[in-house]
Amino acid sequence: MTVDLDSAVVAKGAVAPPAPLPVLTANDLQVYYGDFQAVRNVHLAIPRNEIVAMIGPSGCGKSTVLRCFNRMNELIDGCRVTGHVCYHGVDLYDPRVDAVEVRRRIGMVFQKPNPFPKSVYENVVFGPRIAGVARAEFDGIVESSLRKAALWDEVKDRLKASALGLSGGQQQRLCIARAIASNPDVLLMDEPCSALDPIATGRIEDLMHELKADYTIVIVTHNMQQAARVSDRTAFFTVEVSSDSDRRTGVLVEYDDTEKIFSNPSDSRTENYVTGRFG
Amino acid sequence: MAVARVLDAGMADRVKVSLTGARDGRGFLFRTLLQLALLLTVVILAALLVQVLTLGWETLATRLGDFLTAESRSRAHEAGVFQGLRGTLWIGVITTLVAFPLGVSAAVYLEEYAPRNRMTAFIELNIRNLAGVPSVVYGILAYTIFVTLLRPVTGGKTALSGALAVAVLVLPVVIITSAEAIRAVPDSLREAGFGVGATRWEVIRSHVLPYAAPGILTGTLLSLGRALGEAAPLILVGAVAGSVGYSGGLLDPGQLREQFTAMPIVIATWSTNARPGFDQITAAAIVVLLVVVLMANAAAIGLRNRFEKKR
Amino acid sequence: MAMTDLPLATGVLSIGDLAGNRRRRGRERRVRRFFVAAALTSLVISALIVGSLAVEAGRFVLSVDLSALWTTGWFPREGFFDVKTLITATLIVTAVAMLVAGPIGFATAVYLSEYAGARTRRLLKPVLETLAGVPSVVLGFFALTWISPHIVQWIEPAAPLSNLASAGLGVAILTIPLVASVSEDAMSSVPRSLREAASGLGARRMTTSLRVVVPAAVSGLVAAAILATSRAIGETMVVLIAGGADQAQFTASPFQPSLTMTAAMASLAGGSDAVVGQGNAYQSLFFVGLMLFLITFGLNVAANRIVRRVRQKY
Ligand SMILES: Nc1ncnc2c1ncn2[C@@H]1O[C@H](COP(=O)(O)OP(=O)(O)OP(=O)(O)O)[C@@H](O)[C@H]1O
Ligand SMILES: [Mg+2]
Repeated sequence: MTVDLDSAVVAKGAVAPPAPLPVLTANDLQVYYGDFQAVRNVHLAIPRNEIVAMIGPSGCGKSTVLRCFNRMNELIDGCRVTGHVCYHGVDLYDPRVDAVEVRRRIGMVFQKPNPFPKSVYENVVFGPRIAGVARAEFDGIVESSLRKAALWDEVKDRLKASALGLSGGQQQRLCIARAIASNPDVLLMDEPCSALDPIATGRIEDLMHELKADYTIVIVTHNMQQAARVSDRTAFFTVEVSSDSDRRTGVLVEYDDTEKIFSNPSDSRTENYVTGRFG
Repeated sequence: MAVARVLDAGMADRVKVSLTGARDGRGFLFRTLLQLALLLTVVILAALLVQVLTLGWETLATRLGDFLTAESRSRAHEAGVFQGLRGTLWIGVITTLVAFPLGVSAAVYLEEYAPRNRMTAFIELNIRNLAGVPSVVYGILAYTIFVTLLRPVTGGKTALSGALAVAVLVLPVVIITSAEAIRAVPDSLREAGFGVGATRWEVIRSHVLPYAAPGILTGTLLSLGRALGEAAPLILVGAVAGSVGYSGGLLDPGQLREQFTAMPIVIATWSTNARPGFDQITAAAIVVLLVVVLMANAAAIGLRNRFEKKR
Repeated sequence: MAMTDLPLATGVLSIGDLAGNRRRRGRERRVRRFFVAAALTSLVISALIVGSLAVEAGRFVLSVDLSALWTTGWFPREGFFDVKTLITATLIVTAVAMLVAGPIGFATAVYLSEYAGARTRRLLKPVLETLAGVPSVVLGFFALTWISPHIVQWIEPAAPLSNLASAGLGVAILTIPLVASVSEDAMSSVPRSLREAASGLGARRMTTSLRVVVPAAVSGLVAAAILATSRAIGETMVVLIAGGADQAQFTASPFQPSLTMTAAMASLAGGSDAVVGQGNAYQSLFFVGLMLFLITFGLNVAANRIVRRVRQKY
């Protein structure tokens, strides 16, 4: 009974406004960790060349949903996904689809910068190398990826130095360059700035604006101002505690233009959250 | 809160008293006792080395070359450890070729491929338990399987059977230490690899194994040291206590299919020989074995310390 | 329901575009199979240990005259299989070893974890590790030629050169590093905050160590003792060399030579080429082996269970 009611609410709120061709869509997405349902009934469409922000209180399943978009969840034992996630119209969870290929096309940047303990150069070329790109192209790929990640000028003289010697902000931009080098068209970013200082954060935000021309970006953030500054659309998730058991399930409350979410949200829970009255 | 306490003058005085230790007689005694225990350990090791070196010195100083190349004889001043060295060398080679690839691969499976369920946990726990089973018990297993069942392959009581016995013995230790090294690889590194579209094997080969390599190598070298010093399983497999009939050279792989002895067996046999001069050549043989075994150990410890400092 | 409201992604790609590289996937499958095979091989070998022991040991129990298991000594070639000789000797050696290695190893661990600075630790740990790396034949020789004349015969001048006490002391030296390292692990995993809380109350180092750290780490220390006991029971060469393996008469005195379970196996197998075919003598090897296996495996199970519980706690 309650479930029906909720999903109706979600459905009403989750309808995206008319938009250009979506790159990614989630239809009726449910995610379980073992017996525990982490996320329920998510409907979401992510348009091309836009930045979509996902916000919500801790534990509401933002990372979980994000990781569904490139099948990273499969690496977690016991994680199960039902519903449909489509990428340019192809169901990502179709048994004929290769998760490795999916991850090459849909790159990911993590919360904590995680460069490989190798040289800057090796970090960038790892993706192309395993994908079988010819060695002759490596130098070009390194330069263009690092330029796109706004890091080239800072590291061009130490491409052979260890990536672990870079600052946190530089490392995170290197991770972005590494993702770009595999020639994806979507970048998933899970709280990419939460380990960085305000100046490094500002640089990454500027970078995202530039990357928007070539890529579609989905970013999870806890920083409301950041969501408001960088994103075109915002999805607000929250946790619902079921009345009979103590289970906490994440739901998508509202998905709309960022401006609307922050100025005139249609759901009271969204309003409470963005005005800081909750969470 | 802790700061506020220290600022309280009375407290500060009391802390000072206990820090100087001037009035803490029992604490001083306790500490001294602990230091004595530690000193005793160091003294034991020193006594052992001094005893062995003084006894073995004459043989090593006067006829080292002869001692290393002569065969086992009944008269101490003519006897040498050549046959033992040959057996130990081949045991080391086969252990390296069998136990290490197998053990490291099993560890990779357990850590990187096996589902995290109770079955895997059960298997891991039992490998840990097997690592503590006495080496002499592994000797029986080797006797049943390698000497009896697989006689056509091993040739019976040969160096190959002995080497396989030792390989099986160190296998659990190799698996455990390698698995620990692999577990210490941060997950963020794996995620980074998968995130750019690497397959599991590509992640393992390019990131997990290189990161875990020092740890794996350390565990492997320690196991090799242990393998070279083991005698009990070799006795069960039928290592020869006296002189071996086979007369191949040191590097002749023919040894694998022939009767054999090994350094630890030579030492065990000589050490219970009461005739004059045998204490001395036993000590000399021990020095030779210790040089080999402790070199493997020192390499392992050095390697670990270097990489621990780096990370 | 809501799906109809969503703008559906129009197909720009087809499934074939996302099918990935066939060759790479094939290699992935082959590599995986290789690792599975390696893990299985290791498992099978382990299972064979139990199997090969159990079969022959069972035959021994069925064929032997049970009264032969309780006589005056262990003379397998003559049909005397006095189990109590072996077990008593094993207990004596283990007890001597643990009485010495326990306190020394434990004190070493307390010092390393609670008192020693980083530099001292860096100097002393290699000493322990070197000691741990010394082959047991070497300790057998040391026990026979140094410990026995200088320590045991000094305590009990009537003792013969080969005796269980010397063997026990030799085994003690082998187990000190094990006791020390497992206990130290247990004590260093006690959270720093607990120590700070104690010293915050003005407790002295000794009080903190004995009243706070040791009780918090007690299960780890118990595990260390159990593991060392298991190691001592299973030690072969020291006992074979220093304990008087040719004497298989029952004795309850640590100053007499006798046979432990491990030494009995080694001396029976090493004594003559003709073990095979000797019927009961050959099978008694498996019987003793199985006993040893069950005892040590049981002890390890107990110890590892305790260690795991401690890990979960912190
Ligand atoms: N590997 C896992 N195994 C089991 N449960 C998990 C796992 N990862 C996440 N969860 C659970 O799923 C729910 C959603 O987690 P998720 O990490 O997606 O939240 P989040 O919104 O990203 O939170 P945060 O803002 O703190 O990053 C939480 O209740 C969490 O406990
Ligand atoms: Mg998250």
